[in-house]
Amino acid sequence: MSRVEFRKDLFADERSDDLNEVGKPTIRQDIIGHVRGTTRFYDDHLFDGLLHMRCVRSPHHHARIRNINVSGAESMPGVRRIVMPSDVPNNLNTLLSLIGFGRDDEPLLSSAKVAYKGEPVCAVIADTERQARDAVAAIKVDWEVLPHVLDVEQAIQPDAPVVNETYPNNLFDYGRFDHQKLRFGDVHSAMQRADKIVEGQYQMSPIEQAPMETCGAIAAPETNERIVCHTATQALFFSLGTTAKLLDVPSSRLHFIGGTVGGGFGGKVDSITEPMAVLGALLTGKPVKFHWDREEEMQVGAPRGAERWVIRDGVMNDGSIIAREFTGYFDCGAYTRLSSYAIQKGVGHLPGPYTIPNVAANVYCVYTNRTPATAMRGFGITGVDFAIESHMDKVAEAVGMNPIELRIHNAYRDGDMKAHRRVAKNTALIECCQVAAQKSNWQLGPQYASASSLRDGGSTERAAIPETAVDMVGKIGERRSSSIAASPAQGTERVPAGQASELLSPLPLQHADMQIEPSRVGHTVKATAPLANAAGAPPPAATAHRETTQPPATQVSTPVSQQSPVSPPESLPASSTGSYQQPPRDQPAASPPEAPAVKPYEPQERFNKGMNRPGAARHLINRRRR
Amino acid sequence: MAKKPISFVLNGQDTSVFVEQGGNLLDELRRTVGDLSPKFGCGQGTCGACTVLINGEPQLSCLVLAERVEGQRIDTNGGLAEGPDLHPLQKAFVEGFAAQCGFCSSGMLMAAKALLDRNASPSRDEIAEAISGNLCRCTGYEPIIDAIVVAAENMRRRTT
Amino acid sequence: MSIEVKSFDTLRQASEVLGGSAQYIAGGTLLMRKVNYGDQSFNQLVQSTDPALKQIQSQGDEILIGAGVTMSEIMQHPQLQFLGEVARSVGGPAIRNMATIGGNLFAPRPYGDMATALLALDANLHWASGQQQSLEQFLERSDAARDIVHSISVRQPPTGAFQYLKVSRVKPKGVSLLTVAVLLNRENGRTGNVRIAFGGMAPEPRRAMAAEQALQGASLDESGIQRCLAACTEGMAPADDSLASSWYRNEVAPVYLKRLLLQRS
Ligand SMILES: Cc1cc2nc3c(=O)[nH]c(=O)nc-3n(C[C@H](O)[C@H](O)[C@H](O)COP(=O)(O)OP(=O)(O)OC[C@H]3O[C@@H](n4cnc5c(N)ncnc54)[C@H](O)[C@@H]3O)c2cc1C
Repeated sequence: MSRVEFRKDLFADERSDDLNEVGKPTIRQDIIGHVRGTTRFYDDHLFDGLLHMRCVRSPHHHARIRNINVSGAESMPGVRRIVMPSDVPNNLNTLLSLIGFGRDDEPLLSSAKVAYKGEPVCAVIADTERQARDAVAAIKVDWEVLPHVLDVEQAIQPDAPVVNETYPNNLFDYGRFDHQKLRFGDVHSAMQRADKIVEGQYQMSPIEQAPMETCGAIAAPETNERIVCHTATQALFFSLGTTAKLLDVPSSRLHFIGGTVGGGFGGKVDSITEPMAVLGALLTGKPVKFHWDREEEMQVGAPRGAERWVIRDGVMNDGSIIAREFTGYFDCGAYTRLSSYAIQKGVGHLPGPYTIPNVAANVYCVYTNRTPATAMRGFGITGVDFAIESHMDKVAEAVGMNPIELRIHNAYRDGDMKAHRRVAKNTALIECCQVAAQKSNWQLGPQYASASSLRDGGSTERAAIPETAVDMVGKIGERRSSSIAASPAQGTERVPAGQASELLSPLPLQHADMQIEPSRVGHTVKATAPLANAAGAPPPAATAHRETTQPPATQVSTPVSQQSPVSPPESLPASSTGSYQQPPRDQPAASPPEAPAVKPYEPQERFNKGMNRPGAARHLINRRRR
Repeated sequence: MAKKPISFVLNGQDTSVFVEQGGNLLDELRRTVGDLSPKFGCGQGTCGACTVLINGEPQLSCLVLAERVEGQRIDTNGGLAEGPDLHPLQKAFVEGFAAQCGFCSSGMLMAAKALLDRNASPSRDEIAEAISGNLCRCTGYEPIIDAIVVAAENMRRRTT
Repeated sequence: MSIEVKSFDTLRQASEVLGGSAQYIAGGTLLMRKVNYGDQSFNQLVQSTDPALKQIQSQGDEILIGAGVTMSEIMQHPQLQFLGEVARSVGGPAIRNMATIGGNLFAPRPYGDMATALLALDANLHWASGQQQSLEQFLERSDAARDIVHSISVRQPPTGAFQYLKVSRVKPKGVSLLTVAVLLNRENGRTGNVRIAFGGMAPEPRRAMAAEQALQGASLDESGIQRCLAACTEGMAPADDSLASSWYRNEVAPVYLKRLLLQRS
């Protein structure tokens, strides 16, 4: 009855099919409970005297809290406790602090201001849900409404309101930069060689995971001073760690029970209901349930954030894509949650499953006054894949090619070097395309019908890390300063072919076992430098380590360009002066520089889409769809 | 406010409880009676996870005033299995992978049961219509429709 | 503010306690949501077991339908076949077992599919107080009087004269993006008396009067209905909501009206 088709004919020699379980359909172990209705979801644990907790939430996108008047609510029937921000022992956190990534930027209950609609400022614990709702309605908050920003590109303008004081530039910090950079080869010179330039803009909306079971948790005091917490979380130990940190209780006091999730899809990792319920249990000594109703799930439940992508391809008439530039804006909403990390994953995926020798990307994690965004299926990938695949169709149209053939033509093959400097393995796009074409009765030319992921990859050319143009544009804070225009940016460099370019490693390896085998990657981390940091506290994201190492000798034959790393540049066009992204003239004008043996590379035009240059057009897509 | 005493027949058993005024049937079934099979998914009738049969007809228990079921017959997924044996619908759901997270399953099964009670050999369209008020975020519905088709076949075979 | 529930044997008794913080509850599909979500505007629910709520009676070609009759009951009743398609378009099966025809008259957009159909059919309302009123009059005034609709009377349309179309995004069913209902009598191949009602094109179901006039005496073909289509959004005020923009609704309303008018001939 299964609709899954197992294509065992493909890559048959890469796996063994005589295993008992792996590779075979099996009946999931929990399904009997599901169909009998006996599976215990978090809310299926009954407690005598269960109390109900509900939040007072902001009706505004952005507002300062002048005063909260709880006097009416305190004396209402059934009300046990009003929970204020001051009741949260350690009221500032960022989810990824558990892995040392990013700064604490989000309160559990906000005391000074709110930065998105629905942000909680205090809570009520009462005997019944209705009583809690009535008391919430009776709490009066005096709001001072602030200007808000809902568009990613507007949010990075110098005069945009500051959404999140921890990141006053409205951008997450990636090492020294205010965006995640990817540089592979030299997109600019490749664009000049290209027969056609194909540009497209793609805008996604936020998407709510909308699990059938809304987020929630029940916490109750146990014996031995412990608190048991039944939760809908998808990330039990994440939720436990977050609760321990926010409430400043040892994790040994927390007994978390989860694993039975009524649909998650990424929407149940944010660990908000657990600290709330546990706080309630700590403050009242009673079992407390904190859950979102459906309206809350939709309004404050973190969605897949909206993304805006601008893609520009340099394409040859035969359909070969020789250069691809990305500018991406992730709308992470008011707080970081997981967006910063989703971007890293997304950038690792660029330029999609295609072998393109010149790739550059600037991707911004932008704070706006929207509901904070988080994970959703295909974390960090789905949005940009939508953009890439839409763009592939556009390219196919531009060069007059069958879109599936275009994909097969550009598809990566085993052994090819990917833009993040890892060798592609177990690639299967070609086979996917062939099967899709077959299923949809789409004719493929013979060379496409017979193409294989196992062939034609990994040639000297396709496996090489090319000489790469890098730049220092977009340092943290530059974008918001008004003097940007006058000061030229720091150096543009060429990183010789075969080299790993710049490796930002904010996280030291925790264990030697985690060292990736050199044969598996296009670059290695020198054992000495970054590991030195491992003993102490995790370094902040800003302490990035710059590593330049040789790839394994077998991988790339030393390219010619390594001896002569720069191609003679054209002279700088006048038009690009006056921008802070102007390429460097690093010699003081007073004393004429000695002519360098080889003139430093100076591209004609920098890859600078989306940069906040005064007077430059931005990729504003803020037309309302109507 | 004083609670109200009510009696009804739940899955064939006489049941008497005190219910909250203004309380909905879903809450009372779950918290007061202890039948946890219907689920809260929305509290506004849009998701169908709380579907139960009242006098054989599917209704959304989150929108039913609890005191209105005085003297009525209520069936939930908690009473669908025949002792240790699964109901043919439940069995088909297991074998057809028609449940993933399981949160919609109880409501979905009751909507399907109401259909098969009326129509022993429904078409796929009729099945889709019958479960149109029940949302599922995991399966994409096709395995559920398949399972209901299979269950209907098995039930016909059993009665003939 | 916990909720108090009051039950009455007759609708008239029930109607006397309405107003202020008391709300009449019929099928409860809309009202219970407010209860569940802690609506602070009322704390009493008033219900009635009056048998008149469930009656379905015909006198000549006029049919009297109790306000408590559900969508499922309409679908099953042999004399209400002309409304069967409308009732079937409301909600899913469980909602139809609960939702009443009376409650539908009070349902805010995007709901009110049955009310739209009844507006095209020129239905009349009978209130518990004994007053009568056309549905059209009721929908026009904004301050709904606090009384209970006892029953609804509607004339059975000639075969083929009534057409209904509900447009929604979700298949097989979802809430209405817009709804069109047309009652059209034909005289010698030309159109006679016409009533066109839109749901979802204004806060309440609304007649497209200009379009009705333009259709009077016209022939039912592409060119004959042109003026009617051009006028059909006159006086409408469609919403900008998550289902569609008002621009979109204005664009597609004539398209659907055209399909409805031409499919019949
Ligand atoms: C999931 C879902 C899907 C839905 N889909 C649709 C749809 O597709 N199309 C559609 O039209 N509607 C839809 N509805 C809305 C609703 O179910 C119907 O409009 C229904 O007919 C309302 O009737 P009720 O008896 O449930 O009203 P109730 O909820 O009982 O009452 C609603 C309001 O009407 C008043 N009222 C009810 N009866 C009377 C009366 N006799 N006299 C005076 N006042 C009265 C009540 O006081 C209350 O203010 C949907 C609702 C839900 C929850």
